[in-house]
Amino acid sequence: MSGPSTYTPKNGFTKWMDSRLPILRLVNDSFVDYPTPRNLNYWWTFGAILSFMLVVQIVTGVVLAMNYVPTAAMAFDSVEFIRRDVNWGRIIQSAHAVGASMFFAAVYIHIFRGIYYGSYKAPREILWILGVVIFLLMMATGFLGYVLPWGQMSFWAATVITSFFSAIPLVGDGLVQLIRGGLSIDNATLTRFYSLHYLLPFMIVGVVGLHIWALHVPGNGNPAGVEVKDKKDVLPFHPYYTMKDLFALVVFLLPFAWFMFFAPDALGHPDNYIVADSQVTPLHIVPEWYFMPFYAILRAITFNIGIPFTDIVLINSKLGGVIAMFGAIIVLFFLPWLDSSKVRSGSFRPVFKGFYLLLVISFIGLGWLGSKPADGIYVILAQGFTAYYFGYFLIILPILGKIETTRPLPNSISESVLGPSATREPAAATMQGAE
Amino acid sequence: MTGKFPLIGALALVVGLFLPASALAYKHDFDAKRQDWSFAGVFGKYDPAQLQRGFQVFLQSCAACHGARLLAFRNLSQPGGPEFTEGQIKALAAEYMILDEEVEGGERAGIPADRWPSPFANALEAKQANSGALPPDFSVIAKARALPNTFPWWIVDYFTTYQEGGPDYIYNMLVNYADAPDGVEVDAGQFYNAFTGTNLAMPPPLFDGVVEYEGGAPATVDQYARDVSAFLMWVAEPGLTDRKQLGFKVILFLLLFAGLLYLVKRRIWRQVPH
Repeated sequence: MSGPSTYTPKNGFTKWMDSRLPILRLVNDSFVDYPTPRNLNYWWTFGAILSFMLVVQIVTGVVLAMNYVPTAAMAFDSVEFIRRDVNWGRIIQSAHAVGASMFFAAVYIHIFRGIYYGSYKAPREILWILGVVIFLLMMATGFLGYVLPWGQMSFWAATVITSFFSAIPLVGDGLVQLIRGGLSIDNATLTRFYSLHYLLPFMIVGVVGLHIWALHVPGNGNPAGVEVKDKKDVLPFHPYYTMKDLFALVVFLLPFAWFMFFAPDALGHPDNYIVADSQVTPLHIVPEWYFMPFYAILRAITFNIGIPFTDIVLINSKLGGVIAMFGAIIVLFFLPWLDSSKVRSGSFRPVFKGFYLLLVISFIGLGWLGSKPADGIYVILAQGFTAYYFGYFLIILPILGKIETTRPLPNSISESVLGPSATREPAAATMQGAE
Repeated sequence: MTGKFPLIGALALVVGLFLPASALAYKHDFDAKRQDWSFAGVFGKYDPAQLQRGFQVFLQSCAACHGARLLAFRNLSQPGGPEFTEGQIKALAAEYMILDEEVEGGERAGIPADRWPSPFANALEAKQANSGALPPDFSVIAKARALPNTFPWWIVDYFTTYQEGGPDYIYNMLVNYADAPDGVEVDAGQFYNAFTGTNLAMPPPLFDGVVEYEGGAPATVDQYARDVSAFLMWVAEPGLTDRKQLGFKVILFLLLFAGLLYLVKRRIWRQVPH
């Protein structure tokens, strides 16, 4: 679909450039003339929003790094110094902290849009997998960054999350020591986390580049889920989608600014305003809200898995929880091959819609349960939602595609936009001829 | 959680001694009421007169045990704060001796650029002077405390920009020292607080008439608690007024910009069915 380049250099300089480094051609073909399905809805604007958020996080982060001091003795006070005494520091710090939340909010919308519209299906499997890689890198970066202010939640989140790795048989304890830079969370942990927190965003930039490349080869998916067939189906990216994305971005900035200026601490935990103290454990250690669903899955595995009717334990509850938590993300890598349906878009799959809605409810439910203590009814609910989460990917999707009666697909994107009358026009005739 | 991480479970038992007034120990059955604060909401700003009174309470009833290491004397004369005059602050700072290795004798009189000197040399000395309890630093304490809230009400808080859980907590704690109910043991050196539902190591710090206010504000525990809570919020967030005023302009601009962009987008797309 990206097809042959339509770029023609107009003046001497661009002609000279084009025969040496055709970067203007690349920009033109990728973001100006790039043919985009005409029926994209607002759920498709989150790609541009996410690109913007990545830039916001990097720019604010680089400035913060100029004033932040990554030592256990100074980290907490240096963040306060930024808020109090650095010019524009409180705005930049607030943008970075709230920005992380907004970034994750946008990425969750982006992922669930992909799951509903079947964006992971052929020929976009690599595009999807790269997206999951970006999500993993984002989670790592978010966690590392949360440790840097060196408050109580920073410290204890680091303790809990690094201890996950001790569940790995044989090498676990050594691995935890390597990650922490010692037996416990301390200065060595902080400095290496700081270093990695600065590194990973640039790795994200690299994978985002691949993600966009892998998008521009097969071209965008779309709500109708049928591939682009001719020029009637597409519009040039500029001005149609540049302006639509820009409008959506500014609307997205409204809640961002709202939190940034009026409630910068509403998304954080008050305990992170207490300096890290290895001798005092918070009563409830809770991660940032965007990790809650996975945290709930971790804690849902409260039982050992062994050989029935014997005392032999193959996987204890701790290892089981860690496997489930990482498995919840790993399973996404296989999604393109787990969904057996030939129909891409959820809009034409009546039964799928119900299961999809349950998945969304389960995921939000897990997010809520992640903030609750792990006892009583909360554990049972978390186990139910966790079972559904995995069941959706591993059982429902492989079977549903084989037995579901789907609604008839439109013949083309332009037909889905203009209605069946469009099929009588000459362009539609050639489309049918091509089939 | 505790089942999975025995180390953390064991350490959890240690909690309570160090954080007697912690939000974590808060008992949910007490109906903690939110207060009206001048700095709440989108148009919130500090009331300099209240901050000056709160500073007076802090100085007379808190500062002997509690430090505020991130607060600088100069902050007290900055706009958006108590707004004392620079002369007042110069005189105030000069009353304190500041440790300074670079001067003869290792000590000199304070200047406005100095940070608030801690009442104790270190944590150990602080604990010894307070029968084993460490009085927490007040620099950001108003942001380190909060009233608990349950789903779905915290969603409402996002829209009302409720960020005053800290001062609400401090106010309620200060006005709710009471006799312990039947069945609650209070050890020597401990004081029952009906708000936290726990025994605190800190004796009730406020009494009616203990601080003399100039002007008409009532010299009551309730008023002292209100003023010092507002003051501590300012100590934790001295740039709040400035931040909210800028935020209002930013939101206004974004609304206008979004409106214009919508019109642009609609005009471009009008000609193409989509």
